[in-house]
Amino acid sequence: MYNKRFIIPGLVIFVLFVTFPLWFNAFSTASPVPKPELPPGGEKECVAPASEMRDRHMVLLNEWRDGVLRDGERDVITVGGKQYRKGLQMACMQCHTSKEKFCDTCHDYTSVKPFCWDCHLTPEEAALKKETH
Amino acid sequence: MSVPKLEQLSQSVVQGPSLAAGAIPTRDWMDIPVKFTPGSYAYVAKKDKVEYLNSQSGLSFPNAREWSPEDDDWKLPEGWKEIILKGLQERLGKFRSLKIFMDCCVRCGACADKCHFFLGTGDPKNMPVLRAELLRSVYRNDFTLGGKILGRMVGAREMTVSVLKEWFMYSYQCTECRRCSIFCPYGIDTAEITMMLRELLHLVGIGINWILEPVSNSNRTGNHMGLQPHTFKDNVEFLVEDVESLTGVKPDISFNRKGAEILFITPSADVFAEPGLYTAMGYLLLFEAIGLDYTWSTYASEGGNFGLFTNNEAMKKLNAKMYAEAERLGVKYIIGGECGHMWRVVHQYMETMNGPADFLEKPVSPITGTVFENAASSKMVHISEFTADLIKHGKLKFDKSRNSHIKATFHDSCNPARAMGLIDEPRYILDHVVDWVEMPENTIREQTFCCGSGTGLNTDEIMELRMRAGLPRANAVKYVHEKHGVNMLSCVCAIDRATLTSLNDYWTPEVGVCGVTELVANAIVQEDETRGELEEGLRTMVF
Amino acid sequence: MKYAFSFLAVIALILIAWLGSQIPGMPYLFGIALPYLAMMIFLGGFVYRVVQWGKSPVPFSIQTTCGQGKSLDFIKHDRLEAPDTTAEVVARMFLEIVTFRSLFRNTKSELHDGPKITYESSKWLWLFAIIFHYSFLMVVIRHMRLFLDPVPFWIAWLEFGDGLFQVGAPTWYMTDIGLLAGCVLLFSRRLITRHVRFISLVNDYFPLVLIFAIAVTGILMRYFLRTEIDIVNIKQLAVGLVTFSPVIGTEIGAIFYIHLFLVCVLLAYFPFSKLMHFAGVFMSPTRNMKNNTRAVRHVNPWNPKIIPHSYGGYEDEFREFMVDSGIPVEKELPPKKDEEKDEE
Repeated sequence: MYNKRFIIPGLVIFVLFVTFPLWFNAFSTASPVPKPELPPGGEKECVAPASEMRDRHMVLLNEWRDGVLRDGERDVITVGGKQYRKGLQMACMQCHTSKEKFCDTCHDYTSVKPFCWDCHLTPEEAALKKETH
Repeated sequence: MSVPKLEQLSQSVVQGPSLAAGAIPTRDWMDIPVKFTPGSYAYVAKKDKVEYLNSQSGLSFPNAREWSPEDDDWKLPEGWKEIILKGLQERLGKFRSLKIFMDCCVRCGACADKCHFFLGTGDPKNMPVLRAELLRSVYRNDFTLGGKILGRMVGAREMTVSVLKEWFMYSYQCTECRRCSIFCPYGIDTAEITMMLRELLHLVGIGINWILEPVSNSNRTGNHMGLQPHTFKDNVEFLVEDVESLTGVKPDISFNRKGAEILFITPSADVFAEPGLYTAMGYLLLFEAIGLDYTWSTYASEGGNFGLFTNNEAMKKLNAKMYAEAERLGVKYIIGGECGHMWRVVHQYMETMNGPADFLEKPVSPITGTVFENAASSKMVHISEFTADLIKHGKLKFDKSRNSHIKATFHDSCNPARAMGLIDEPRYILDHVVDWVEMPENTIREQTFCCGSGTGLNTDEIMELRMRAGLPRANAVKYVHEKHGVNMLSCVCAIDRATLTSLNDYWTPEVGVCGVTELVANAIVQEDETRGELEEGLRTMVF
Repeated sequence: MKYAFSFLAVIALILIAWLGSQIPGMPYLFGIALPYLAMMIFLGGFVYRVVQWGKSPVPFSIQTTCGQGKSLDFIKHDRLEAPDTTAEVVARMFLEIVTFRSLFRNTKSELHDGPKITYESSKWLWLFAIIFHYSFLMVVIRHMRLFLDPVPFWIAWLEFGDGLFQVGAPTWYMTDIGLLAGCVLLFSRRLITRHVRFISLVNDYFPLVLIFAIAVTGILMRYFLRTEIDIVNIKQLAVGLVTFSPVIGTEIGAIFYIHLFLVCVLLAYFPFSKLMHFAGVFMSPTRNMKNNTRAVRHVNPWNPKIIPHSYGGYEDEFREFMVDSGIPVEKELPPKKDEEKDEE
């Protein structure tokens, strides 16, 4: 006995599984490659060069968080004559004012779910909160 | 061959040096050649037996000759290597199991210490995985891309005479018991591998006499003992007389009787030698007690099928007699006696090979009216199924005390347990007729250990091997003997009755061997019988 | 030496990808051409192998029963271990494939003085195998976030669950550790367990080392060697590959090409290796057949025409004896002999 009626459907299912991304993408609208918004204020400098920030910003943010919250190291960082206070809202969001237009663009595209916002408020939320107070 | 003293073998098994006993081999297994010495191999098939079989239609057993495994020259036929490789290719095309088992093994080693031959001999090539690698290495070399390119590096090797010798050695140190298959994550069944190895070896005239002589006997006389019709009849009649003198009841029997309702087939060993004789007497008593309309056959007088141990053609040819005789006699269906590999063939191969059995009727117990739906198509019922049903319906009257001198345990035969799932029927029967206990849990039911001498290996010249291979079983018997005072090992297999007797004599001489039906018949109470005055059971009365 | 060779082979592969990807233009080979080629070999080879298996019939029903078969109605049928219906077979296969049930049964036998043989449950192999396979599966599924656009919610969920402990940044995944640990455990087992070491081949060590190297390069890329590892860029390439419009945007670090190349090697190696046990486990006749062979006839397509030594031939040979001993015969003896018989 050859069990064709099991083997052939089995193979079809296997091939469909393996090629899942092919037909999934074919039936969905691809988003354009994300273009995060540059600081609306026109700032050109950051705490590190753009390429390094792209690769390592999550590490830096983690270090800052650990330093500030656990060790109380709230020292100020000076880069290129400019001073930054350690903190997502105090430093980053000062220039990159929109979470949605900056952070989320790449994070959504690549399905990264940082837990910054479990505690932090986005600038919009912060503004809202102020109003209600 | 002389068998080492118990103390000697006991030490050797534990101390080795062997892989199972903890030694670490220093050489790659491919570099360890086999050496044939007296006692390490079963005698090869006699020339005239091979010639006879080769002359039979549908069979092919070429290259009959006088030879010995101890010789360097095995007198292989011209072009033997091509014959083997062509044979392998042909079998890859015929058996999906072979292809898959060749390709899928990941060598996880789960099977290694499950094999009774490995545990008893400690020989690494008796690990099921390595037994398969003996063939797989050749398969890789000639049938896989990687093997063709990378050769030995990926475990491939050329087919040579020494490989062939290795095949002979280790395919006859496997009893096709399938215990390893239970533990394999892919269900790789070494029995399939061993069968293929043996088929391939037969292509070039390598086989053992203890198998081929029974095959030729079965073909010619209908049973593997070579009993001719009148002798077979005489033997059964002796048993009838014995039963009569013991119980006062004379069982009514018939041979080759047309129009009987049921054809009864059991391994011929049961009518030939102790302790199987008592089981056969048990059948006679049981059938008499219920007044079964049945007949024996001298033509199909063998339940066992030694063809299974050679190749599928021989298995088919021998098995075909069962249906042929059932059709000729016009019976309604067949009841089969207690036997292990016979039931592997009956359950998994018979109807595929020789069916459909549409000339028979769906089996119905004439006593209880039970329809044996599980045998609806093949129309062959196991004696334990039949008996259990009788007991369930209260059709048998027992005096359990007749077996009170017995403390039994039950040995699951490999094939009924792992190729059929006949596990609880015999237990149900035992519960009603005798006081019994189980052996330890890793040695019973589907995890049962082989007697160590199945598949035609119960020949005396390899007695040491048999005692080693049977050690796991014997050890479990010893355990219950010491712990519960067990003095009887019951089973549903004719080979077991022969081989376990030798095994127990060696390892635990205090424990006897019997068939389940023997215990049943011991306990059966019939009208007009005279044995009520006797205090002990059937077996005891004979001695 | 077999394991050493596996390491050498994987190191050589790493060097090829590392140095190769540095040559201008070569990223297109390593990033686009080879992945396509590897995937074609994988799919084609896989299907080919299964079809080749399928071309051989299953002549006999050789199920292994691991429990009581279906028999009389008062005998409890073990439906999983000796399945009688297709549904029962499916259940048996499902548990076999998903929970590695046969391995779970594993025991360890030991020989002691006496001799005495002991058996104890041994679940290490099962545990290692579960860790390894499920980690690997999860890692593969998680990678879909790089190929699917937009990313389906359930992948995000799985990722969230996998990184539940929120250790480090980027978050460490449990299955990354699981895959590494699985490789190390299975590999060590091959080296340490003496009988497994004896049977292990390069074919066994190599895939483990290869998968280990894939996991290590993946982890390095995610957590340590992040230079020029721009996830957006990589996703652009991955999505491009599966929409047949691949582009390599800006430069991508060598570690990415090493990782990708090793995956390609694994894919191409898969159909020609023991890794095909993935398909084989579905097709093993001892596990996927019903134990109903006496109730339903199994058909062998090549069943040879072989007839038994006939009753006629048998009677011809033994007729005299049969008649003498009163066994019924089809053909009586010639009259002369009948008389003799009467005289007796």
